[in-house]
Amino acid sequence: MSLEGKNLTFAYRCRSKELVLQGVNLTLEEGERLGLSGPSGRGKSTLCRLLAGYERPTGGQVLLDGAPLTHQRGRPSPVQLLWQNPELAVDPLLPLGRTLEEGGPVEERILERLYIQPEWKRRYPSELSGGELQRFCIARALGPATRFLLCDESTAMLDLVTQAQIWDFLLEEAQRRNLGLLVVSHSDTLLHRLCTRIQIL
Amino acid sequence: MEAILEVEHLSLSFTQYERGTRRRQVTAIRDLSLTVHAGEVAAVVGASGSGKSLLAHRILGLLPYNAAQEGTIRYEGELLTPARAQALRGRELVLVPQGVSWLDPLMKVGPQIRRGDRSPAARAQSAAALERYGLGRETEDLYPFELSGGMARRVLLACAVQEHPRLVVADEPTPGLDAAAARRILNHFRELAEGGAGVLFITHDLELALTVGHRVWVFYAGTTIEESAVEALAAGDGAHPYTRALWNALPQNGFTPLPGTQPGPGEVLPGCPFAPRCPYCRPICQTGALPPWREMAAGRVRCYGWEGGEGL
Amino acid sequence: MRGNVRRSTWYLLLLTAAVLLGIGIAGAMLYDRAMVTDFARKNLPPGLPLLFGTDWMGRDMFARTLAGLSLSIRIGLLTAGVSAGLALILGVAAASVGGWVDSTLSWCMDLVLGIPHILLMMLLSLAFGKGFVGVVAAVSLSHWPSLARLLRGEVLQLRQAPYFRVAEHLGVSRLRMVRLHVLPHLLPQFLTALVLQFPHAILHEASITFLGFGLSAEQPAIGVILSESMGYLTTGRWWLALFPGLALVGVVVLFAQMGERLRRLLDPASVHE
Repeated sequence: MSLEGKNLTFAYRCRSKELVLQGVNLTLEEGERLGLSGPSGRGKSTLCRLLAGYERPTGGQVLLDGAPLTHQRGRPSPVQLLWQNPELAVDPLLPLGRTLEEGGPVEERILERLYIQPEWKRRYPSELSGGELQRFCIARALGPATRFLLCDESTAMLDLVTQAQIWDFLLEEAQRRNLGLLVVSHSDTLLHRLCTRIQIL
Repeated sequence: MEAILEVEHLSLSFTQYERGTRRRQVTAIRDLSLTVHAGEVAAVVGASGSGKSLLAHRILGLLPYNAAQEGTIRYEGELLTPARAQALRGRELVLVPQGVSWLDPLMKVGPQIRRGDRSPAARAQSAAALERYGLGRETEDLYPFELSGGMARRVLLACAVQEHPRLVVADEPTPGLDAAAARRILNHFRELAEGGAGVLFITHDLELALTVGHRVWVFYAGTTIEESAVEALAAGDGAHPYTRALWNALPQNGFTPLPGTQPGPGEVLPGCPFAPRCPYCRPICQTGALPPWREMAAGRVRCYGWEGGEGL
Repeated sequence: MRGNVRRSTWYLLLLTAAVLLGIGIAGAMLYDRAMVTDFARKNLPPGLPLLFGTDWMGRDMFARTLAGLSLSIRIGLLTAGVSAGLALILGVAAASVGGWVDSTLSWCMDLVLGIPHILLMMLLSLAFGKGFVGVVAAVSLSHWPSLARLLRGEVLQLRQAPYFRVAEHLGVSRLRMVRLHVLPHLLPQFLTALVLQFPHAILHEASITFLGFGLSAEQPAIGVILSESMGYLTTGRWWLALFPGLALVGVVVLFAQMGERLRRLLDPASVHE
């Protein structure tokens, strides 16, 4: 299985001359860990959103196994995106236990490895820290249908110990399930540590 | 050196409603002490949820209505009450916040830096402030949403230093920036300190703190656990086990994870808050009081295990 | 530290419910007494045993006021419920289905909002044959669009929220989306609007009845009482308008207070106040 971005072009407004992305090609194979680096403002986050199907490209195509990536309502997408700000990615009015189960039940093993405390599930997002919320987002994104995980600066806001903890788990999980990982980061040392291949945007 | 800001034994708690009509006190910061000197960048390092941002908000008098405080904060020797903070805020006391959401989305950058002052002097000053941070005159005519991440940070900085502040509080001013842009921003903070101001630089990133700070305070679960000169930490000589864990978790230093999580606000355990995750935990660490400060060559540490010299 | 606002709000809620229920029951029990005419005691000023005095036909004004209030409360509850429910269904449908459904519903909202309020209610009441049914239909059919429009905007905004998009990508079905991520966010607006709609509806019921397009003249409604009392005010019978008017204002203020408190409690910005 592979996720491929072909000649991707994107502008926020139609007919706008300012292109956020222009003719970007990228291939992510199963079991691969691809790092994406580049200065801010180059459209790394936009690329992630295109690849995950959150936005339609102005030009070019996103292919999953050679077929255009389409998202059907009511079906989990095989490409999941982890956002930089977990505060925005969880419903502020739902207890986290319910947010966690949005994509179906989550294995106990994953909860344990991410150190998600059972009593956190009763709390609301405003009562937990960013690191704790990101753990929930990760557990939620690792449903059985997930084949590719796109991590858009997912640990940039977290302290080093939490960052190391989360990547330790994600690498192990990716290997176990042969997931394809796309890692976007400003930190080259982090990318070199994590990735099998690095592409510069 | 003259101390600009002295925080002593600060505790902050919040009254919250649980389900229904029961109320509880949640302690977010306890027994926290730190000092910022003139001409110095004091870096605060801690995980999210360790109380870093709350400290910044308290200093500037931005806490919500349900907060209660113990301990003292002094600014230039006098007590800094929320009312005094409000009077000084924006002039002597400034905040460089996390992101563009702190800018007024409907106001162009220029008027925002000048705060509505239309005099030619203010115009010249704002242009100079922008130029100092490498932004051209044309930036004044942009709206906040048109700024890139790096530009937004520099605009926030320009807003903050407009009136020659004495104390600059920077709350996570660099995430989302690439290394080159972050380094530029950090240099600006150093410049501010060299100009005689005190800078309180709050971050979750040990590496950043080591590059920009003169002195580093490490926060864990709402309290200070170590205070150290930057040289000692940069050499990997952190004294507290948590400081060492941070160091060892750097991607270039082993990337070693540490099991467990930081206790959240309201979970006050006896003894050291780090005890459940500490590899050197002893019985006293889980039963005693909050560990006392112990003096070291480069600073001080709050750990039962530290005995001077190598310790642990 | 402030007092426990949640507890006092809870007490106020109980008090409001008790007052409502009390008036409702008393009004129903006094309904017959309110209709009794006795020319031997006409035009009595307030005193004992007739607290609010009597009118030109010797009817007990106390009984008439309570019966009128109870009728008003019943109409208020019914119309507020119907119009808020209508607004919820139509607003959510417009925003989540989109396309021509949205266009049609938005056009309807604009239409209803475009006609002067009182005029529209008079027309609707006439069309539904006046009386109880006419008033309920008129008030509930003219009050849904502003709330519906508010809810529609809210849902449109919600649909753009990152957590909403994430949930879609996690495969949450459309109905579960509404239950999990839409309704809880609309609940504060909905409840507040429901409570605040209530005094509004009562006032409108009274005003169209006063104008002669509402309840029929023999019914002891506040609007009817006030309308009739107009002719006798100049002859010095102030009690005919004062007590029913004050009672109406009292009930309306009670409800407005309740709505305001509820809003503060449900608003995340002041939830711990």
